[in-house]
Amino acid sequence: MIEIFGVPLPSLMGQLTLGLVNGSFYAVLSLGLAVIFGMLHIINFCHGACYMLGALFTWMAMEYFGLGYWWALLLVPLSVAAIGIVLERLLLQRLYKLDYLYALLLTFGIALMIEGGFRYLFGATGKPYSIPDELTGALDLGFMFLPKYRAWVIGASLTVCLFTWYMIEKTRLGAYLRAATENPKLTQAFGINVPVMVMLTYGFGVGLAGLAGVLAAPTTQVSPLMGSNMIILVFAVVVIGGMGSILGSVITGLGLGVVEGLTKVFYPEASAVIVFVIMAIVLWLRPAGLFGKGA
Amino acid sequence: MQSTEYLRVSSLHAFYGESHVLHGMDFTVRRGECVSLLGRNGAGRTTTLRAIMGLTGKRTGSIMINGREAVNLAPHKIAQLGVGYCPEERGIYSSLTCEENLMLPPKVGSGGMSVEELYEMFPNLKERRHSQGTKMSGGEQQMLAMARILRTGARLLLLDEISEGLAPVIVQKLAEIIQTLKQRGYTIVLVEQNFRFAAPLADRMFIVEHGQVVAEIAQHELQEKQAFLQETLGV
Ligand SMILES: Nc1ncnc2c1ncn2[C@@H]1O[C@H](COP(=O)(O)OP(=O)(O)OP(=O)(O)O)[C@@H](O)[C@H]1O
Ligand SMILES: [Mg+2]
Repeated sequence: MIEIFGVPLPSLMGQLTLGLVNGSFYAVLSLGLAVIFGMLHIINFCHGACYMLGALFTWMAMEYFGLGYWWALLLVPLSVAAIGIVLERLLLQRLYKLDYLYALLLTFGIALMIEGGFRYLFGATGKPYSIPDELTGALDLGFMFLPKYRAWVIGASLTVCLFTWYMIEKTRLGAYLRAATENPKLTQAFGINVPVMVMLTYGFGVGLAGLAGVLAAPTTQVSPLMGSNMIILVFAVVVIGGMGSILGSVITGLGLGVVEGLTKVFYPEASAVIVFVIMAIVLWLRPAGLFGKGA
Repeated sequence: MQSTEYLRVSSLHAFYGESHVLHGMDFTVRRGECVSLLGRNGAGRTTTLRAIMGLTGKRTGSIMINGREAVNLAPHKIAQLGVGYCPEERGIYSSLTCEENLMLPPKVGSGGMSVEELYEMFPNLKERRHSQGTKMSGGEQQMLAMARILRTGARLLLLDEISEGLAPVIVQKLAEIIQTLKQRGYTIVLVEQNFRFAAPLADRMFIVEHGQVVAEIAQHELQEKQAFLQETLGV
């Protein structure tokens, strides 16, 4: 059997793909945070709760309505986006004129309420969700077996990230978005309904978190607590990548997932802290983050 | 003359937070007319245009645009009445290319100029169309700021200090463009510091002081009011 630094190749590749899977979640989640931050200038602290909602709704759709994975993939991100839009209209939009700290506290409070509420309803124990039939099994790549579901998560996440990047950088709608991000008042004075764009952007951002939750449901135990565990890592990813850069958040997310996976192989003791160690080093050398603008 | 009135601003007060900047602006602009708002620094001319667009804080009074009351409308609704705004700082987006800047404002009326027509009018913009908006020269940025509101079909143009800080040849070119727009029947409000630029273009001039119109001078009165202008504007 081939070994690399004393580690058998299949187990190395296994951790690598697992790292990429985690990295995909980091990428989609930090992308949503970046999109929201760009337009609303708020740090969306309830992002993790929205991710959790995505996974829990997926489980509930199956449990209560008999709707399977593919239906969830379509409907759950839309429902999470709808919840986000309601929150934006009812609460968030009242805070744009105030210091950004108010929005941060509000979204943090919302996260606590959502998590507490679902913990009350469902308890903290994880619920299993099985991989859809179409994606069970593995692909034989010759040098390793790649579980189909892992390939799907990585592929779907990259597609979503690429699609988002394309929409923002290359389309007319994206030009509206960039313009509204840079100079919202003038953009509105050109006849573009900026408040509605802000609302939809928030919906899209949290919808991405919901989508990540759907993708995650079969890979972990679905529980009301999964969001707060995840979001801490994602904030570290955002700090490392630098706030606001779309491509930067995607690359950083994937990269850190891989680094984390490899740490599990070569130095498992450090795997839980490696991302935070990197964060400390980046903050020290490049306070604005790897892809951030200015220092 | 009521029916040909395109813009009527009456007892307009506007605030930035607590500070009260416009103290009852009153003026009208007829359809197809070009008027100029003149005044010293800080008189409130920029604020007048911003208030018309809904970009200041609180506003009271009345702003009738083509027969519609606009004082309580949101900025995008005001633009959709057929208003094109060229801000004092030009407002070219650095995250958009020249051509994306040009194509950004959505249509707010029919009969806007086509992109080909605009590239003919402003040949530099065609050359620079892939450049980042803010990498262009001041003159090019001003041309772009003008061109992008001509595409939209806006019939009322609010132009703030378009000649400011530009080389004489470019100022000359802008004057020609304003003449062309007048011939095409646009209604234009020119806010100007540069009296020599505005005087030959404006059908009427309003002198603004402390957020109020203190005098109105028609084109044919320019000679006789020379002394007054010298005194109030220092020209
Ligand atoms: N954002 C703002 N907040 C508070 N006050 C402002 C603001 N913008 C302008 N002002 C004040 O309003 C008054 C009018 O300013 P405005 O920009 O309308 O003048 P202006 O006639 O366009 O002159 P110029 O462009 O030559 O400076 C000035 O006293 C200015 O200090
Ligand atoms: Mg001004």
